[in-house]
Amino acid sequence: MQYLGVDLVKPKAAFFDFSSCEGCQLQIANNESNLLDFISLMEVINFREILTGGKDDYEIAFIEGSITRDDEINRVKNIREKTKILVAFGTCACFGGINKLKNKFNDIEWVKKEVYGNYPVETNDKVLAIDEVVKVDFYIYGCPVNKPEVEAIVQSIALGREFRYLKHPVCFRCKEKQNICLYELGKICMGPLTRAGCGARCPSNGNSCIGCRGPAAEPNIEFMKKIMKKNGFTERQIRDKFELFSAFKWEK
Amino acid sequence: MHSEKDYLTRVEGHGTIDIKVKNGRIEKAEWQVVETPRFFEAMMVDKHFDEVSLIVSRICGICSIAHVTTSIRATERAFGVAVSEKTEIFRRILMNAETIQSHILHLYFLALPDFLKAGSIFPIIAKNRNAAEIALRLKKLANDMCDVVGGRNTHPMTMIVGGFTRFPSKENILILRKSLDNSVSDLIETSKIFMSFKIPVFERETEFVSLKGIKNYPWIGGELVSSDGVLKNENDYKSMTNEFMADWSTSKLAKLSRGSFAVGALARINNNFNLLHPKARKICDNFKLRPVCYNPFMNNIAQLAECFHVVYETIELLDKALDFDLSPEKVEVKPKKGKGVGAVEAPRGILYHCNEYNEKGRIVHSDFIIPTGQNHANIREDLNKLVKDYSKKGYPDKEIELLCQMLVRSYDPCISCSVH
Ligand code: SF4
Ligand code: SF4
Repeated sequence: MQYLGVDLVKPKAAFFDFSSCEGCQLQIANNESNLLDFISLMEVINFREILTGGKDDYEIAFIEGSITRDDEINRVKNIREKTKILVAFGTCACFGGINKLKNKFNDIEWVKKEVYGNYPVETNDKVLAIDEVVKVDFYIYGCPVNKPEVEAIVQSIALGREFRYLKHPVCFRCKEKQNICLYELGKICMGPLTRAGCGARCPSNGNSCIGCRGPAAEPNIEFMKKIMKKNGFTERQIRDKFELFSAFKWEK
Repeated sequence: MHSEKDYLTRVEGHGTIDIKVKNGRIEKAEWQVVETPRFFEAMMVDKHFDEVSLIVSRICGICSIAHVTTSIRATERAFGVAVSEKTEIFRRILMNAETIQSHILHLYFLALPDFLKAGSIFPIIAKNRNAAEIALRLKKLANDMCDVVGGRNTHPMTMIVGGFTRFPSKENILILRKSLDNSVSDLIETSKIFMSFKIPVFERETEFVSLKGIKNYPWIGGELVSSDGVLKNENDYKSMTNEFMADWSTSKLAKLSRGSFAVGALARINNNFNLLHPKARKICDNFKLRPVCYNPFMNNIAQLAECFHVVYETIELLDKALDFDLSPEKVEVKPKKGKGVGAVEAPRGILYHCNEYNEKGRIVHSDFIIPTGQNHANIREDLNKLVKDYSKKGYPDKEIELLCQMLVRSYDPCISCSVH
C-alpha cells in the first residue's frame, strides 16, 4: 500500500473481546462496500471470531468489552505488554458500558443469586473499563461503534497521523439535520451532553439520545440536569439516562 | 485458566473444545463454555419498561433485533397492549433482516472456510473474490434493511413498546424491494457453492424444539412444539426448557423429553417444513434435506433454505407495507403490575424473555433463555457420538478434531449471548 507516494508497512493488528455482546467487532465486517479496502489498511493477524490460528506479534490491539473477572485482568495486561498501541474499542471498553449496570448493586452475592441461584459462578465485585486496568492509547466510542468513525481513527493510527475527536455534542448534528428537538415533543434526550460522531442517529430516528458515546468535551452537566428537571423529568428518570452506559458520573 | 489459544475460533463468544482421542477411543470429549457471565437478569431489576429492550439488545450484537423483539413482546403481553398490523409487519421485516444477516455471516465467514480447508475468510477473499463479493452483497442487503427499518444495523432503536418511532419512507421500501429481487441470484450462487461441498455424514436422533406455525412459517410468538410431540403455550416456556447447571459450563443448560434437544434453523425446518416457501423447499430437496433430519451438519443447509424463504416472505411483506400510511405510530401503553412472556425465533433458535413488572412499570424480575444455552447439552452429546463413529471408521485423531470443530460451528453457537 502507498500513501502520498510512499510505501507503507502495514501495521499488524489484533482484535480481542472481553465481556461484551461482540456487536462492535461485528461492525468491522459491516459497511461492505469498503470492507476489502479497510482490511487492507492493516494486516489482521489475530481475530478469534473470524480467524483460526492467531499470532502474537501484533502492534495494534483493539480491545472490545469490559473487565469482569480476574482472568480478564491478566489477559488484558498480557496484551498491553505485547502491543505498541492499545485501542479501547466501543463503549464497554471505554467506560464499562451496559455491563456496569451490575455495579449499582452493592451486594454481589445477591447479583449472583438472582441469576444463578446457589450455583457458584466466578465474577468480580465491580466491572471495570479497560483504562481502569491498563493504559489506553485511543478510544473509539459508541454502542456500537460507528463504522465511518472507526475507519477514520484506524486510518490515522495506521498512517501515524493525529486523530481529532469531535468536541461538540450530538445536538449540533441533530440541529443540522433539522430534526424537531425531542424536548419540544416532551421527551428526554442526552444529546446536549453527549459527544458527537454518530450522526445523531437516535434523535434522527425519533428516539432520545441515550448517551452511549459518553460526554462531549465540556459538558455542563449540572446545568443540564436543571433543564431536564424544568422540563418535568424526575431525578430518577434523569439518573437512569446518565447511568445507562456508565459514561456519565451522576455524583459530582 | 484458559489461554488465548484455547478458545475456539470463528464462533461468537468464548468456548473451548477439549477432546482427546487415543488409539480410536475417547479419553475426553468436552464442549466447555468459559465465557464471563454479565448478569443481565440482575441488571434489569428496577429498570423502567421504556429502557428494557434497549438494555437487553446488548446481550448480543448479532441477534440484537431478536432480543428487542422478544423483550417488547414480553412487555406488551405483561401490560395487555395490542399493536397494529403495520407494526407487526415491520417487526417481521426487521426479524427477517437479522435472519439473513446472521445466516450469511455464519455460512460464509464461519462455516465456509472449514469446507475449503482455510483458517478464515481472508484467503478465500484473495482466491475467490466472487464468493466474497456475493457474501458482502447479501450482508449489505440485510444491513440496509436493518438500517432503514431499525435505525441502525445493530441495537435497533426505532422499535419500541407499542409501535415504532419511525417507519421507512415509500421510496426506501421500493429500493429495498428491488435489492431483495436482485438478491435471489446471489442466493442461487450460494447454494451452488454449498452444493460443491461434502457435508459430513453423521446422524444422532434427538428432539427438536421450535415455535409452531399455523398459517405461516413461525417467527414471532405462538405455541411451542417439539418433534417428540410436546406442545406448550408460550407462557409455559419454563417447562419447555427445564434449565439446569453443570460444572463444565458457565451457561445454563436445557432439556425436555430426553437428555438434550436442539433449536435453530434445522429444528424450525424439521417442525414446520410444509410452511416453508416452495422455493425454499426446493433448496431442501436439492440437498436431500427432509424432515426429520438428524444430521446437525445440515443446519448450514437449513440456514441457506431459510434465507430463500425469508427473502420471498419479505418481498410480500414490503408489498403489503406500501399500502399503509407510514407516519410513526405508537398505541397507548399503560404499565401495570404483572408478568409477560415473549417467545421469538432468533436466527439460532427459540429465544424467551419473561418480564415481571410492578405497577410503576419497573422490572421486578426477569428471565431470559437463549438458543445457544438450549443447544449446549445437545452439542455435547453429538460430539461424543461423532468421535465414537469416526474413530470406529478409522479416522486419525487430527481429522476427528477438525470434524468436532465443524460440528460445534454448524450449530452457529453464540456463546457471548448464552452467558448473559
Ligand atoms: S433532540 Fe436531543 S440531540 Fe436533538 S437537539 Fe434536541 S436535545 Fe439535542
Ligand atoms: S444519538 Fe446518542 S445514543 Fe444514539 S448513537 Fe448517538 S450518542 Fe449513541
